[in-house]
Amino acid sequence: MPQKLVIIGAGMASGRMLEELFELSPQTYDVTLFGAEPHGNYNRIMLSPVLAGDKQFEDIITHDADWYKQHNVNCRFDEAIVKIDRRKKQVISQNGITDYDKLIIATGSASFFIPVQGKDLPGVIGFRDISDVDTMLKAAGKTNGKAVIIGGGLLGLEAAAALKARGMDVTVLHLMGHLMERQLDPAAGYLLQKELEKRGIRVVCKAHTSAILGKDRVEAVLLEDGALHPADIVVMAAGIMPETHPAVSAGLRVERGIWVNDQMQTSDQDIYALGECVEHDGIIYGLVAPLYDMAKVLARTLIEQQAAFIAPMVSTKLKVTGIDLFSAGEFGDEDSHEEVVLRDPARGIYKRLILRDNHIIGIVMYGDTTDSAWFFDKFKRGEDISDIRANLIHGPSMAGGNADPLAAVAAMPDSAEICGCNGVCKGTIISAIHNGANDLAAVRAQTKASASCGNCTGLVEQVLAVTLGDNFVVPAAKGMCSCTDLTHQDVRQIIKSRKLKSIAAVMQEAGWKTSCGCPSCRPALNYYLLCQWPLEYTDDAQSRFVNERNHANIQKDGTYSVLPRMWGGMTTPQELRAIADAAEKYNVPTIHVTGGQRIDLLGIQRDDLPSIWSDLNKAGLVSGHAYSKGLRTVKTCVGTDHCRFGTQDSTGLGIKLEKILWGSWTPHKVKLAVSGCPRNCAEATCKDLGVICVDSGYEVSVAGAAGMELKQTEALAKVATEQEVIDLSIAFIQLYRESAAYLDRPYKWVAQVGLQWVIEQIVDDIENRVALIERFEISQSVYRKDPWAEQTKPQYQSQKWAALADLTLEAAQ
Amino acid sequence: MTNWIDIAALSDIPKRGGRVVKTTSGCIAVFRTQNDQVFALDDACPHKKGPLSEGIVHGNAVTCPLHNWVIDLETGSAKGADEGQVNTYQIKVENGRLLLDLNQLKTRSAA
Ligand code: SRM
Ligand SMILES: Cc1cc2nc3c(=O)[nH]c(=O)nc-3n(C[C@H](O)[C@H](O)[C@H](O)COP(=O)(O)OP(=O)(O)OC[C@H]3O[C@@H](n4cnc5c(N)ncnc54)[C@H](O)[C@@H]3O)c2cc1C
Ligand code: SF4
Ligand code: FES
Repeated sequence: MPQKLVIIGAGMASGRMLEELFELSPQTYDVTLFGAEPHGNYNRIMLSPVLAGDKQFEDIITHDADWYKQHNVNCRFDEAIVKIDRRKKQVISQNGITDYDKLIIATGSASFFIPVQGKDLPGVIGFRDISDVDTMLKAAGKTNGKAVIIGGGLLGLEAAAALKARGMDVTVLHLMGHLMERQLDPAAGYLLQKELEKRGIRVVCKAHTSAILGKDRVEAVLLEDGALHPADIVVMAAGIMPETHPAVSAGLRVERGIWVNDQMQTSDQDIYALGECVEHDGIIYGLVAPLYDMAKVLARTLIEQQAAFIAPMVSTKLKVTGIDLFSAGEFGDEDSHEEVVLRDPARGIYKRLILRDNHIIGIVMYGDTTDSAWFFDKFKRGEDISDIRANLIHGPSMAGGNADPLAAVAAMPDSAEICGCNGVCKGTIISAIHNGANDLAAVRAQTKASASCGNCTGLVEQVLAVTLGDNFVVPAAKGMCSCTDLTHQDVRQIIKSRKLKSIAAVMQEAGWKTSCGCPSCRPALNYYLLCQWPLEYTDDAQSRFVNERNHANIQKDGTYSVLPRMWGGMTTPQELRAIADAAEKYNVPTIHVTGGQRIDLLGIQRDDLPSIWSDLNKAGLVSGHAYSKGLRTVKTCVGTDHCRFGTQDSTGLGIKLEKILWGSWTPHKVKLAVSGCPRNCAEATCKDLGVICVDSGYEVSVAGAAGMELKQTEALAKVATEQEVIDLSIAFIQLYRESAAYLDRPYKWVAQVGLQWVIEQIVDDIENRVALIERFEISQSVYRKDPWAEQTKPQYQSQKWAALADLTLEAAQ
Repeated sequence: MTNWIDIAALSDIPKRGGRVVKTTSGCIAVFRTQNDQVFALDDACPHKKGPLSEGIVHGNAVTCPLHNWVIDLETGSAKGADEGQVNTYQIKVENGRLLLDLNQLKTRSAA
């Protein structure tokens, strides 16, 4: 006869415990599971993605009705336990009385509502379960809804980011001097605040809430300094409290949480407890990883196996897209601590390691957390770092001398924990792989690694890569290409900060894994170098794709196309005649009027390129750069010259812009257009930068696209004069040149850095605008010239265009 | 038997670059690597005859400019998942001059 096991609370801890138990022994107990929520177990961690709209509730359910049925769990959901009768060994719920042989309390925590007037008003919500999320979403549904979040910790910030993503106007009120003060030091807290503000979230630190105001429901939050923050909802995220009610009334030993020993046993030998509601050795836990350890211990205890809970080291990451943050251990300023700090203000990166006696005891990372697992592993294993201390902060690539990041994973012992949430170590993953789990999904299914918060996905993939070798391709590697694990931005930064001025120097200093790169990194490096050091760097033709090396588009049969500039889409009879003559002289098979307002001659033999260019040059025509990652065209309409609606000289402005910008190299191609009125005949609103002339001036907008993606431009600024349009355009393109990753069109880049940032840089900050323009002009002093004129010089004929040797006669002999 | 003929100076080809030698039966691409090794291959990619001489040279390989097949300069074979091979020719450097085996070329044009 199986014993009766009753569980109070169908949450993450009890859910995991049941899995462990059924795996060890499916028959020992007859299980009844009470839950106050109307659903079974779901992944509470993922409530923020649900709130943000990235996931649906169905996606985060971990145990469905089938699962409970399959394991014969008697489910009593939507039924809270109100009382435990220890003497009769019964629990009492709204619907009746249930006997138990063994009882488990897994009631989790409740949101802590700060004790101020108005805290019970409708619209004041905690952030704990799916019903809280539903309430918030209702409020988010209305236009211009305002949310005030009380508490700038993990939960509060996840809620803030999610509600912002839902279009709400969001304010975070935080009591302390900086955000997430329990996980972050002030420097990292500052960077985090800046990032959130950049996203339009208002952050008020040192905010003492004095009252929550409202008649029938919440209307505003009043601070002690008198500031009033209007609110349609108030999210209480100031902390959590272990849910101990049934335990307290049953007379169990309860400190801050329900007291348990190493076996998860409470002061009553037939009652156990686990999860956030317990206190072990003076500590209360608020993250799932330790709770899952508890689940393992309790499952074993229940079947009378030896097991003991050992307080684990925990680390924190924030699950907000685009914010990389990691913290573990201690980070207070104490005399016995030493620290190593790396700051890169330009990239918003901050890394700090806190050391004691040559051991890492604390880690805080912001902006770039790629190496966090490597540090955390050293931290957990208590490794002596004296040997690698000099370069430690730079992570595995520099510190250990193992440039291969996989080497770091390869070197981890099998006992090293990979998935913190589920306590899966490397050895478990490797045996799963040997048993046929050869991709992430399979490893996830078999081991649960990366199945909870997902932050270890990268590591799991690396273990796959190490174990399967070439049979596994790590998806979406962050590095530029397989020659390096550094990202594009890392490399740009290294070029700048270490003043590297040749491709060879970059490859050497940044530890390239190949002797001379690949077709993917070389063109990027060439671009980064010429952009950073326009006067000093010599362009490397061998690192250019054929089109840019030969200044013409290669065709499928190895011939080329020749496309002269027609400034602003304007041309003359002389130009047209020269084009016609050239087309006849070189037997051009195809002449096409392009989508860029100019004429393309296609099907030209390579050998003929220099001569046709030279002929076109004579008529004043120059290269149209139709092949370049650089300025392509500036389309215009006829504007005030002819059109009855034209408001400004759109044609003239387009020509001016093209004459200033041509010849410049950019991360990807750049196209502009100027329309004379909002009828927008030049299609300016799908260009990288578009100008619409209006009566009162010019509307400049950016980041449009009309290729593989279709995207309307977004307003940058409205200005009164042509000169301002020109200045803004130059500054925008220079900013793009200096900060985008190679092969990202402006619309991709703007999506990454945020339009707001771009506006701050070039619209608001006039000094910076001027500096950008100056740097652009310096670059153009080198690059604003016609490559055709250059390439037709005699030395190019012998060094490049002619054959190395002509053996047609020789071989015929 | 080999019949080495002097075709050009090594320095006529840029490092990590290629140039062509014209023959009656089509062009031969001559490559010079970063480490001054030289290779001679048919200038027609096994995929769709792209001009390999215009590709980006990296290590001892060249990436075709048309659809990015990577050709091993030593063997003329496509690397990775792609399959195909081009003819390779004997070439060497002596005193800074490039020497190509003419006999091998002749058999090629005869074939
Ligand atoms: C010639 C032209 C088509 C035509 O005959 O009208 C053309 C031809 C090519 N386009 Fe284009 N595009 C041409 C206008 C456009 C336009 C329309 C425009 O500029 O107003 C677009 C959409 C606008 C845009 O760029 O957002 C366009 C979007 C693309 C794309 C997609 C870019 C993207 O970021 O989504 C590619 C692929 C790429 O660049 O990677 C592309 C790539 C190409 C290439 C270079 C493909 C290649 O790598 O060989 C074609 C070269 C043909 C050749 O041998 O000359 N072409 N291409 C047009 C030349 C315009 C000019 O005067 O310079
Ligand atoms: C929005 C959010 C984001 C989070 N993000 C992370 C993260 O990124 N990483 C991480 O490690 N942790 C995270 N956490 C914390 C994690 O979810 C908790 O540590 C974990 O859920 C606690 O598990 P538990 O089983 O102890 O409690 P819970 O999962 O809360 O389960 C307790 C259950 O018991 C029920 N219950 C309570 N009293 C009774 C009663 N008297 N009768 C019947 N049922 C009762 C409750 O309704 C609840 O369903 C997050 C939490 C939230 C809310
Ligand atoms: S749309 Fe552009 S890239 Fe595609 S075939 Fe036409 S010209 Fe070529
Ligand atoms: S022709 Fe060389 S890759 Fe297609």
